[in-house]
Amino acid sequence: MITEQIKSIKDLPLEENMFSGTPACAGCGGLLTLRHCLKMLGEKVVIVNAAGCFTLLSIYPFTPFRSSWLYTAMACAPAGAQGVRDALDILLEKGKIDPDENLKVVVLTGDGSAYDMGLSSTSGAIYRNLDFYYICYDNEAYGNTGFQESGSTPFASRTKTTSAGKEFAKKDLFEIWNSHKPPYLATISPAYPVDLANKFKKAEQYKGPKLFISLIPCPPGWSTDPSHTFKLAKLAVDTGVWALKESISGEVEHTVVPKKFKPVEDYLKEQGRFSHLFKPVRNEETLGKIQEMVNEYWKRYGILL
Amino acid sequence: MKKEMLTGNTAAAWGARLAEVDYIPAFPITPQTEIIETLSDWISEGDMRTRFVTLDSEHSMITAAGAASATGVRVFTATSSQGLMYGFEMLYTVAGWRVPLVMINVARGLSSPITLGPDHNDILAARDTGFLQIHCENCQEVLDSVLMAYRVAEDEKVLLPALVNLDGFYLSFTREPVEVPDIDSVRRFLPSYEPSHAFFRADQPMAQGVAVLGGAYYSYFKYQMHLASQQALGVYKEACREFEKEFGRKYDTIEQYRLDDAEYVLVMINSFSTLGKAAVNRAREQGIKAGLLRPRLLRPFPEEDIRNALKGKKRVAVVDQNISVGKGGILFSELASCLYNEKHRPLLMSFIGGLGGKNISHEEFAFIFDQLIKGEEAEVETPHLLYTQHEWEEMQKLKEIAGRV
Repeated sequence: MITEQIKSIKDLPLEENMFSGTPACAGCGGLLTLRHCLKMLGEKVVIVNAAGCFTLLSIYPFTPFRSSWLYTAMACAPAGAQGVRDALDILLEKGKIDPDENLKVVVLTGDGSAYDMGLSSTSGAIYRNLDFYYICYDNEAYGNTGFQESGSTPFASRTKTTSAGKEFAKKDLFEIWNSHKPPYLATISPAYPVDLANKFKKAEQYKGPKLFISLIPCPPGWSTDPSHTFKLAKLAVDTGVWALKESISGEVEHTVVPKKFKPVEDYLKEQGRFSHLFKPVRNEETLGKIQEMVNEYWKRYGILL
Repeated sequence: MKKEMLTGNTAAAWGARLAEVDYIPAFPITPQTEIIETLSDWISEGDMRTRFVTLDSEHSMITAAGAASATGVRVFTATSSQGLMYGFEMLYTVAGWRVPLVMINVARGLSSPITLGPDHNDILAARDTGFLQIHCENCQEVLDSVLMAYRVAEDEKVLLPALVNLDGFYLSFTREPVEVPDIDSVRRFLPSYEPSHAFFRADQPMAQGVAVLGGAYYSYFKYQMHLASQQALGVYKEACREFEKEFGRKYDTIEQYRLDDAEYVLVMINSFSTLGKAAVNRAREQGIKAGLLRPRLLRPFPEEDIRNALKGKKRVAVVDQNISVGKGGILFSELASCLYNEKHRPLLMSFIGGLGGKNISHEEFAFIFDQLIKGEEAEVETPHLLYTQHEWEEMQKLKEIAGRV
């Protein structure tokens, strides 16, 4: 099956499956990602949510979604998705629901759960080839509790539990997932909605786990201006920090490669969480190391910055 | 109806088979494994049309069970001991979802030290979660309780999940003749599950498990669960009456053994109650007016029935097969709080025995009755740990070997 590519932002669906007025922070990059994802997923959806910022999207008696929602807990949203998917399949087999009333099962989680506590249940769901979508909005820290270090926090980033800057590099969740060889796996960015939309269109063709990680700016955690969210998300891609790619059954391909990479510093200097690298004195060594880590990544794919 | 020699575990599996459950998420743990292995075999041989899936942990298993139940199918699962603990967070969560899944717990002591023998700290830790709890003495009761658990949990006045407890080894692997009811009578007693509350449908989107911000709203929902659990008492009694009509076996929230004219009463739960009943018989032979009370339902707690059953009794020994470290027996506390406001309440004594499957001997039961008769003159510490001289000596030998004397 070949789906028609979305060529420009004007071709994105106009329908909104998530309404405005949520309690998310101003300029939340995750919300922007989710809005685009839900446009592509449609309204026949059950979102299974792990503990994180987005736990607070549905607050009784309100919900911003057109579709259904189930809050599980931090470690187990993929297991919740398993239960929902299996139950829907049982109901379909028994003829208790119509095939065109079938629902897509979507796990929604932040990086804290995805990279850390929820890794076991995610691995289990991918290994069982569960037919579901998994969206990780990755702001590179435990954002909902006030920005503490997670497995996703990048090297040298300051959080509330790494006040001098993080010692280790970020876990490579894409590669952890990719080693399970899921039918479809992609990184996405709210600054590249056309790329995002096409990835969802492509993923739709596959039965099994369809996984998406979105690097998302978090104004309160990153100490950035809420109006800069889009700019930062774009800088992350344009500096090569966030590689937009997809993997089909384990084969990785980049979908957006900047013609000319901007220096990583352009991205870092905008953010309070890296301000200690610039003030009171420039930390050349660390800045150089971060640039080197990005260079190393692209070099592996034969792309020289 | 046919009679078969079944273990407690296979009786539990038969309960799930006869309830025609739609979905079984599973994770193995000793001594529960025989339940899921049996079900898995039946499913692969085509005897059951049920979806079976093995999860990555009990935490995931209970989540999947709850989520499937929330989507609107009948769900069964089973665990034990550390497994129940590992999934513990989700017990509260799925109870809050108000979904009527049924889970077996094959009781086993908790680490550490690690052991395989049973006691009830695992299941009793779950008493505050919102799950209903039925406790079984024998294999027949295990099968019957699974059917009754669905009947009560799925009632619209209740809509809470249920735990059915049986003792590891003492019951899980004890083979007894069990009447396996025919499917038609089971269907009359327990029709298929047609939820009118919890489900996800395209035309009826629903947000389940949403956040409530503010103690007043949280209090409201928690109290609703409490009221629903209390409603379950009446629903359970009704289920008992219908069960007796259909299958001829009589159950109640409590079991009273030689209690009518008894003055000295043992309170026990689960399979060790059989030992207690034998002890009552021996005491009766010696002219002691002994009896036994066995709560079958622990959540909701059948307070009124227990108060009535113990009315006019002289002295009551609660034999706890658990220990709340730093307090004592959990059932003792439950009984004490239940009787506290009674004008004429019996003297309550607390004994702890059978931890990790340790036997409770004839002599120990004789000691309990002896202390009951002495009453206020009794010279035991409360709680009193049942532990024989011989066991003490054996322990000393092990300590010598370990080099820590």
